[in-house]
Amino acid sequence: MLTRRTLLKAGGCALVAYAGAPRFLLRAAQAAEASGKVLVAVFQRGAVDGLSMIMPYGDGGYAGVRPSIGLQPPKRNDTERAIDLDGFFALHPSLAPLTPLWDSRALAVVHACGSPDTTRSHFDAQDYMESGTPGVKSTSDGWLARAIGGKPSSTPFRAVAIGPILPRTLQGNVGAISMQSIDRFDVRAGNDGDARAGFESLYEQGVRDLLHGTGRETFDAVKMLKSARASRILPANGAEYPRVPLGESLRQIAQLIRANVGLEVAFADMQGWDTHVGQGAERGQLALRLRDFGLALAAFARDLGDRMADVVVLTMSEFGRTVAENGNRGTDHGHATAMLVMGGAVRGGRVYGRWPGLDRHQLFEGRDLAVTTDFRTLFTEVATRHLGVRAAPIFPGFKPTQSPLGILA
Amino acid sequence: MRTTTRGLVALACVALGCGFAGGCIRMKPGEGQVATAPVTTPTLAAAAPAPTVAPPRAPAPSVRGDRQINHVLSRLTYGARPGDPERVRAIGVSAWIDRQLRPRTIDDSATERALAELTTLQMPITALLREYPRPDAKLRAQLASGEMSRQEMMERYPVEKRPVRIADELQAAKVVRAVTSERQLEEVMVEFWFNHFNVFAGKGDVRWYVSAYEREAIRPYALAKFPDLVRATAYHPAMLFYLDNWLSARPDFRVPAGPNRGRRGGLNENYARELMELHTLGVDGGYTQKDVTEVARAFTGWTIDRPQTDGHFVFRPIMHDTGEKIVLGQRIPAGGGREDGERVIEILTRHPATARFIATKLVRRFVSDTPPPALVARVAGSYLSTGGDIPAMLRAIFESPEFWSEDAYRAKIKKPFEFVASAVRALGGTTDAQGAMALARASAEIGEPLYQAQPPTGYADRADVWVNAGALLARMNFALGLVSGRYPRVSVELAPLVAGADPRSPAAVLDRLLGVIVADQAAPETRAVLMAQLTDPQITRLSPDDRGAANTDVAKLAALVIGSPDFQRR
Repeated sequence: MLTRRTLLKAGGCALVAYAGAPRFLLRAAQAAEASGKVLVAVFQRGAVDGLSMIMPYGDGGYAGVRPSIGLQPPKRNDTERAIDLDGFFALHPSLAPLTPLWDSRALAVVHACGSPDTTRSHFDAQDYMESGTPGVKSTSDGWLARAIGGKPSSTPFRAVAIGPILPRTLQGNVGAISMQSIDRFDVRAGNDGDARAGFESLYEQGVRDLLHGTGRETFDAVKMLKSARASRILPANGAEYPRVPLGESLRQIAQLIRANVGLEVAFADMQGWDTHVGQGAERGQLALRLRDFGLALAAFARDLGDRMADVVVLTMSEFGRTVAENGNRGTDHGHATAMLVMGGAVRGGRVYGRWPGLDRHQLFEGRDLAVTTDFRTLFTEVATRHLGVRAAPIFPGFKPTQSPLGILA
Repeated sequence: MRTTTRGLVALACVALGCGFAGGCIRMKPGEGQVATAPVTTPTLAAAAPAPTVAPPRAPAPSVRGDRQINHVLSRLTYGARPGDPERVRAIGVSAWIDRQLRPRTIDDSATERALAELTTLQMPITALLREYPRPDAKLRAQLASGEMSRQEMMERYPVEKRPVRIADELQAAKVVRAVTSERQLEEVMVEFWFNHFNVFAGKGDVRWYVSAYEREAIRPYALAKFPDLVRATAYHPAMLFYLDNWLSARPDFRVPAGPNRGRRGGLNENYARELMELHTLGVDGGYTQKDVTEVARAFTGWTIDRPQTDGHFVFRPIMHDTGEKIVLGQRIPAGGGREDGERVIEILTRHPATARFIATKLVRRFVSDTPPPALVARVAGSYLSTGGDIPAMLRAIFESPEFWSEDAYRAKIKKPFEFVASAVRALGGTTDAQGAMALARASAEIGEPLYQAQPPTGYADRADVWVNAGALLARMNFALGLVSGRYPRVSVELAPLVAGADPRSPAAVLDRLLGVIVADQAAPETRAVLMAQLTDPQITRLSPDDRGAANTDVAKLAALVIGSPDFQRR
């Protein structure tokens, strides 16, 4: 494992002395200097039904509008049913793996959270949530990139997305990288070690454009990952990740955290929340999704153990779904949803945010859960408190109208 | 193929007893354009065979000489094969574009033969449902309980009889066509429109419908009229299923019979919203939530007849909301039936926002990630004046100074699939169906699994989405794999590429390779780096290879060129 001490021993001091030292080693040394705080953003793409994920069973308006997909209110010792959180809200039974985190106050919920923009387009709403500028499409970078922007880049691993493409939220001038798999993150040339050097030179030379810049970052990252032996780090504390893409993503983010490569923000996403048809209740389509989601988050927390003191996981989704079920035992695109915040520094065991109510007159446009917490309020708080960065550049033009949630210690 | 399409649509028409048949007949690809658009403009007509363009409006200098040939080959095809530049030069750029716009005039029997082994490709949905049934729940239960061994299961339900074969073969066909078809622009447009009207092959019954969707709803109209694409996709079971419209019914609907008897039905907005946002008007097209609901009401009753055994379009009046609808301020009177949806398609496809939205996407595909507004306006104008004639819009693009501008030259980054196909083509490669499936997997590894885009947006057509660390490495690894036999069913013959170059002169071999693979358009830095590599004893082999032709490791050089920044551009 690459620690600050081994690096300094290996020549970190000498690196200062002459400029010809490998850039990646120098950067690795700097990475080890970083604070170690990590923010992990998990995007539930397709608009998760917040009312099923975190059920407001205390609201009398809930039961009548969802005849076939509504959850039964919690009942003591009935594990088939939703799990009571605070006498008003309950956790979907599939999220049972998260209850220990709730009980130890490492998990908080923000309900009725969402965007001030009213679009019900997945594409636009995801774009706004990732750029952090609702209603403005011309923003070129993402909020998660801006959250760590401004500092000189010390490691290629400051910002990492697990997946085939770099998400909008990490686009920008922070040199974020995306990778599908740590194990396969290298030039695989068999016995021919020169191929990598050849490609590296090709991307090293030439104009400073997107391709070359990305190429240079890539080769720094490849070498650093190798020297940190990240792929050899196995899940700790008996953590078992579900064998689904989000499980794989979080497993690898944990590897990067434990490899001390200077990770500050990470991104993973999960598809399949767009439950227009046959959503199900305690069981069914959404329940299966939530099961994987909860298992992956719980495994991540378990894997990192004490290290969770430095880590916050923030989940998000572009909007919620209609309060009433539609004609196909599903739900259509709505407005507010619920988001989770998990980590050692979280003041957990509480549901944050003002509850707007489910009576028809309380609904947004007469059909959707109203937004009472602007997602930027939550994201700003997490980014500034946890990463210690300034709020202003993260959400340009945003003037919070509500007091902070106080969700982080 | 055409007969099948027409037959199926006609079947639906008979079932509907309506005027849709008229719509089918005029949807013949490649015919309308003769009347609607001039075959060549003065610019292009004067250009053949060594065209020069003198654009009065373009601020940037325009592409000249051989670069024009490189440009059209890189934009209208999946990349140049060895010999392609010469072929374009022989008939002239303008005439070559013209032929590509009339794919039926190009013989493509070799591709057809290559596709013959993909037997599901031409099968109608009903036959696919019958031949490739869904996994039997009983079998799976027996497997889970240990009553049946995995081997018995495989015997009872072998992979080649499973529905996944349909999408696998469709993927293979896409690769084969991109690599070998002579009708390159048609293939580019089929991909473009499929992506525009995306369906996800992994969603439910779409598995059985997806190949028919491309064959019946996309391909026949890829170079025809845009409104016909909207209509054909709206009627197709794949779209009806993917965006849930097949379930959408009037709010007070109760299922009258069958296993779901008595079940409440109701409106589902999914298709209505995406029809406006992604297929026609664009998200800024000026529609409201109210319009979404009204459009959804208009399409109630557009459903699928027996999705698991028959799988064709049917209009069920009993599900239809017969009330009045107001769509974008236009009134659709009460008492209508299936024609309400037809009327909506008319309103949407005649809307200027649709013209602008489609023009923008086409210009982004063929010119630049940042579409020049003046060109978008002209192409949108062409849409409106021709009723959405696709060849007319393409001509407006191909004859524009913006298209021929140096700013546009090699300005696009290849999408993963474009990269994979162009790599095989650049090396003069061919593939059989199995090889094609391996190439489809390569495209997936680089970030673009074919027919697997889950969201209705399809895949993005912008460089910033595709250029990232993991994907770049995957591209380099693909390049290495391609030249080193990791794709055994893809034949790549390197020796002919460098035939004639002095094998004892690595520089000559390199220059020959750069000539074929990137049409001499490599940056000076790239050539310098590759030259430096050549002096490396590892690269310049001392022993001749099997063919005895070259002392230089051609394969490795080729891999480096294909993985280089230069080859990622088109």
